[in-house]
Amino acid sequence: MSTKASRSAARLMLAPAVILLLAWMLVPLTMTLIFSFQRYLPMRGGFQGWVGFENYARFIGSSAFWPAIQTTIIIVGGVLLITVILGILLAILLDQPMWGQGMVRILVIAPFFVMPTVSGLVWKNMFMDPNNGLLSHLWRFFGADPVIWLSDASMLSIILIVSWQWLPFATLILLTAIQSLDSEQIEAAEMDGAPVLSRFWHIILPHLARAITIVILIQTIFLLAIFAEIFVTTQGSFGTRTLTYLIYQRVLESQNVGLGSAGGIYAVILANIFALLLMRIVGKNLDR
Amino acid sequence: MARSVTTQRKSLNTFIAWTIGLLIFFPILWTILTSFKTEAQAIADPPVWFFFDWTLENYRVVQERSNYNRFLWNSIIIAGGSTILGMIIAIPAAWSMAFVPSRRTKDILLWMLSTKMLPAVGVLYPIYLIFIQLGLLDTRIGLTIVLMLINLPIMVWMLYTYFKEIPGEILEAARMDGAGLKEEILYVLTPMAIPGIASTVLLNIILAWNEAFWTLNLTAARAAPLTAFIASYSSPEGLFYAKLSAASTMAIAPILILGWFSQKQLVRGLTFGAVK
Repeated sequence: MSTKASRSAARLMLAPAVILLLAWMLVPLTMTLIFSFQRYLPMRGGFQGWVGFENYARFIGSSAFWPAIQTTIIIVGGVLLITVILGILLAILLDQPMWGQGMVRILVIAPFFVMPTVSGLVWKNMFMDPNNGLLSHLWRFFGADPVIWLSDASMLSIILIVSWQWLPFATLILLTAIQSLDSEQIEAAEMDGAPVLSRFWHIILPHLARAITIVILIQTIFLLAIFAEIFVTTQGSFGTRTLTYLIYQRVLESQNVGLGSAGGIYAVILANIFALLLMRIVGKNLDR
Repeated sequence: MARSVTTQRKSLNTFIAWTIGLLIFFPILWTILTSFKTEAQAIADPPVWFFFDWTLENYRVVQERSNYNRFLWNSIIIAGGSTILGMIIAIPAAWSMAFVPSRRTKDILLWMLSTKMLPAVGVLYPIYLIFIQLGLLDTRIGLTIVLMLINLPIMVWMLYTYFKEIPGEILEAARMDGAGLKEEILYVLTPMAIPGIASTVLLNIILAWNEAFWTLNLTAARAAPLTAFIASYSSPEGLFYAKLSAASTMAIAPILILGWFSQKQLVRGLTFGAVK
């Protein structure tokens, strides 16, 4: 259908996007790669020679590395667990007949539109503050000692804040997927007298499998990169220093660019593992 | 075809769903309520709910004290600018891939997606350095360009999935009627593409407005948008709950409203068309 002329026109239309993204990806990434093989301290003498893979070894060897990996896994895993399970339940609930369905959906989705610095600070001060936070009022109301959330239960607090932000995303996607489920299929199962639980296991869950995978992969990629929520709450203290935050501190706070860049390359590799999985699924979708 | 349910069951659903919905929405509601309280009422124990002396004092103080309007203006310029700039680049790209696909279209799309997965912290220092060299640090134009680039893959993808849905037969029919490329674009495709373009614009304004890695790390006093403005409340000003609430309410209100219009598009945009 397309002529030769329209083909070259198409290529011309595509070129700016491709060139810009190529530059955006290659230039900084190449620089990071180069820095990662240097001893480079901008505030303390600048470039001090090539060091091979020393930064890579030192980044992994530092006492902060494994705790950061552990923190990252717990936060990402915890948020995924909460958002996916609650997301499935909420999606099923919101799919039921009720009054004011649209309004409830708006309420549930709202946290997703709150900027990360706002949700971080609102939770930190107005809810989790040990003196004046609403949760401490609640604890005292029941005669308990208020929890000092962000230091004594720091991980739980961060997981709670981030889950609150991402639950809407999981719910919305799973709800969209559920709504595409053939309601006749459910009705048939209902009429056959299949109990609720077995309907869930044998019809709803398999139908949701692909959407759940997508939620997990997309969220993982975004969750590995969470920054602002930690920046405005604990600043990485009390065991909440994730890999992203550790790299940020090495690069901008202690200005050890070589070391931080080696960490950055690790982060890129880690993100790419999940990105490849996601792209496989999305790519399959393109063929249909 | 609608599933028939008893009123009793429907009432129960309604009750549970509204309870959970309000619980999830509560932090936002509480922030909005607190923004109208005095500082003393804001930390009162037991908390005051609705019956307090509603005041606009906090909004006035926040605006006066921190030059709120400048941050707001920066947010508008950066979010709006990056979206417009991005659309100018994304529309032709998505258009050409949707209507003149080649063998490599799929690979290009997936590659674009992969650039979105690049962890920002991995390229933080190079971008920082480039910004210093080019004098872009703490400028709106610099941030506009970066936000345009990080959202460009989403824009292209989203537009692509919308354009893909425009049936090719319509184009052929138009061609048979003797329409040239100009008529084709102006009278046939544009009207059909506008809803998709509008949704893409909406989602990207939301994403750019809330972006909080580059906006925090590449700005200082001059170009800081609302994300950075709120971050300045980390301490100790954050302990003035009523002021924090007023500032937060102003920062999230425009996007909450836009967001409610874009629920469906959100799914398509953020799953790269994998869930519709």
